[in-house]
Amino acid sequence: MNDNDASVELRDSVQAARRAGTSLCIRAGDSKAFYGRETGGETLDVSRHRGITRYDPTELVISARAGTPLVLIEQALDARGQMLAFEPPHYGDTATLGGTIACNLSGPRRASAGAARDFVLGCRIINGKGEMLSFGGEVMKNVAGYDVSRLMCGALGTLGVLLDVSLKVLPRPEAEITLSLPLGEHQAIARLHDWGQQPLPVTASCHDGINLYVRLSGAQGAVAAARRLVGGDELSDGARFWNRLREQRSGFFVSQQPLWRLSLASDTPPLPIPGKWLYEWGGALRWLVSDAPAATIRDTAVAAGGHAVLYRGGDRTGEIFHPLTDGLMAIHRRLKLAFDPDGILNPGRMYPEF
Amino acid sequence: MNSAATGNRPAGIDRRYLIQQLQALLPSDAVLHASEDLRPFECDGLSAYRELPLVAVLPDTIEQVQAVLRLCHRLRVPVVARGAGTGLSGGALPYRQGVLLSLAKFTAILDIDPRRRTARVQPGVRNLAISQAAEPYGLYYAPDPSSQIACTIGGNVAENSGGVHCLKYGLTVHNIQQVKVITIDGEMLTIGGSGLDAPGYDLLALLTGSEGMLAVIVEVTVKLLPAPERAQVLLAAFDDLVKAGQAVGNIISAGIIPAGLEMMDRLAIQAAEDFVHAGYPRDAEAILLCELDGTNEEVSEHILRVRGVLHDSGATEVRTARNEAERLTFWKGRKAAFPAVGRISPDYYCMDGTIPRKHLPRVLKSIAELSAGFGLPVANVFHAGDGNLHPLILYDANKPGELERTEAFGGRILELCVEVGGTITGEHGVGMEKLDQMCVQFDALELQQFHAVKAAFDKDGLLNPGKAVPTLHRCAEFGAMHVHGGRLRFPELERF
Repeated sequence: MNDNDASVELRDSVQAARRAGTSLCIRAGDSKAFYGRETGGETLDVSRHRGITRYDPTELVISARAGTPLVLIEQALDARGQMLAFEPPHYGDTATLGGTIACNLSGPRRASAGAARDFVLGCRIINGKGEMLSFGGEVMKNVAGYDVSRLMCGALGTLGVLLDVSLKVLPRPEAEITLSLPLGEHQAIARLHDWGQQPLPVTASCHDGINLYVRLSGAQGAVAAARRLVGGDELSDGARFWNRLREQRSGFFVSQQPLWRLSLASDTPPLPIPGKWLYEWGGALRWLVSDAPAATIRDTAVAAGGHAVLYRGGDRTGEIFHPLTDGLMAIHRRLKLAFDPDGILNPGRMYPEF
Repeated sequence: MNSAATGNRPAGIDRRYLIQQLQALLPSDAVLHASEDLRPFECDGLSAYRELPLVAVLPDTIEQVQAVLRLCHRLRVPVVARGAGTGLSGGALPYRQGVLLSLAKFTAILDIDPRRRTARVQPGVRNLAISQAAEPYGLYYAPDPSSQIACTIGGNVAENSGGVHCLKYGLTVHNIQQVKVITIDGEMLTIGGSGLDAPGYDLLALLTGSEGMLAVIVEVTVKLLPAPERAQVLLAAFDDLVKAGQAVGNIISAGIIPAGLEMMDRLAIQAAEDFVHAGYPRDAEAILLCELDGTNEEVSEHILRVRGVLHDSGATEVRTARNEAERLTFWKGRKAAFPAVGRISPDYYCMDGTIPRKHLPRVLKSIAELSAGFGLPVANVFHAGDGNLHPLILYDANKPGELERTEAFGGRILELCVEVGGTITGEHGVGMEKLDQMCVQFDALELQQFHAVKAAFDKDGLLNPGKAVPTLHRCAEFGAMHVHGGRLRFPELERF
């Protein structure tokens, strides 16, 4: 498929849906259909709106239409020695930029480099009134107006249809190695926090219950020096390890039971919920495969200063994302009304209330 | 249109009644209403705008802040929150018919957690004080606005403050984890959490840089970083600004993200040199300061490579600071650039546009032409790594009409930034100052969307009214709304 600007058609579709009172289900590559709550509505296909519109490596910025396959963006960056530093998971070959940003999905490098939202510089959207709006821009520093671009990250399309997104990009590290150390959970958490207080180039971490895996990235000399301090054995194909982890293709993720994602204070001790655990992000992200009651999992996450998402499986019409306090829910509903007064954009995808 | 958008507010607030009510909520010395007591609050760092509030309050507990906001909400009295008042866009300018809410008494560092690498602090804690408190643990707070010795973290969040290390370490929004805010109806919301993300919409991003329009910040949890093992700075001189600009792109192209990358032009170099004797080459057209930090090995590798890039880019001279004292001397000139310019001119006006770096030559050339046209000199100081320009317009406020001419000149510079795909403010905020330029940056629908966001938090428009987002009426008067859609404010110019 060729580059194509479908923004006017998409706007017309949103306006028509608004007039007809039809809900829209925004979709492009459909690689994240599993994520969030199930919604009905007429499909609004954004995949026709695609193409990299601007990429100037010396500016460290890439701009592309939302339907652009993520893999094309990564190829373009790779050819110039750059990368999306938030290392987004694809969850399928058809993943697009729009879906990635709408879900605010970030991979192993998140704890050191930042999340998808940290790299968003600007975007163009269609709100629920069918208005085409631009926020932010293509520059690193921009504080004109409210940060609507970042508000779109993780909003699951409930506030607007993403049309174009500009992202900050970074050079690929010169050197990267992955080390494996046989450590239990407690020891792994302690070790990660010891390292965290030192200026070490740790750019990913994972604990699978048996081993702690650590990725070091940066200048050759820096990686070599850090390797001496960290110890352990070097993996022969570290890139493959992190790729399988990011895409949830490693053995841990193969299960019929629900997959939970817990985002917590990084130094939280191992939690007493029965199930299989896998840690990432220095302990701040914990995957849990478990049949334990949702209430138990959510309460435990809250006690650890965080929240829990029913990531895969379970009842997709029920409560997926962590419930909000009344005060926050009221703000969410009013923001939803501010962008989509008739509630036609992905209604119920995030919470049943809007 | 709602009241937040029109700025219409009920007239005739009974000042005496308001003061009485506030005195019932707060200790007597926390309610200031005599005009001599209000004078210190009349402006922020942008002193061209001055106004006295009806009354200023200095609560010292969150409950008091909640009580003040509940009262103001009930009486429909506008509230302007204020930190240290170092902002440069008039964001903390008092509202004549309103309450000035100072967070100056909230100065406690509540917790430093070296394992989690976080600091939980009250909003009135100074930016630099956080890094100082974290230093015993080998940690620091990365964003370092030039006012960091005085500015407070609450204001930093409200403005999404930057500094000289943004390209590598990000802005405030990248370095905070949680805030507690009080809404106009007195409710406390906790936004963010102890993890790296939170459920629902990214309200933390929305609140950051919202200029006190959405809620009042009463607590901030910031992320701390391990202090780099080593920092080293290079100083490169150029006989041509364009070459200096290209050198910046060449460093980035070499795959290196410097911790700081600053540029100064001839007038700024000379003013700084005369003031602090940093050893800058006085005859250079431009200098670049490039700071590299990280592990020992990394810095050594990068210094070698950056030296090579600078020479290849046509630098007439490249110096590496030989020791920490020299590194600080190199920085001293840059950090003193604003006061240095203050010495050579009765007044100066600091602009804050951001542009894609590749347009630097064109923008600097246009600024020079405008400077000649307006008859006002300009010294350029530039966060070159991230494209954030700080042209300093030299003027004399005592000469009739010169301030107005300066503001017009400044406005043209910001419009120029928008024309090349940049923005009217990189880090200082819109405040009162850049409302007209917001009409150039955004079209009517976008501004309406901003007003709708504001109304979702504050439907009566009581928090910091009249700031940050202009009314459509104002834009119509400014004469910019006809550019709706295309933004072709200057159709005769070449487009990018």
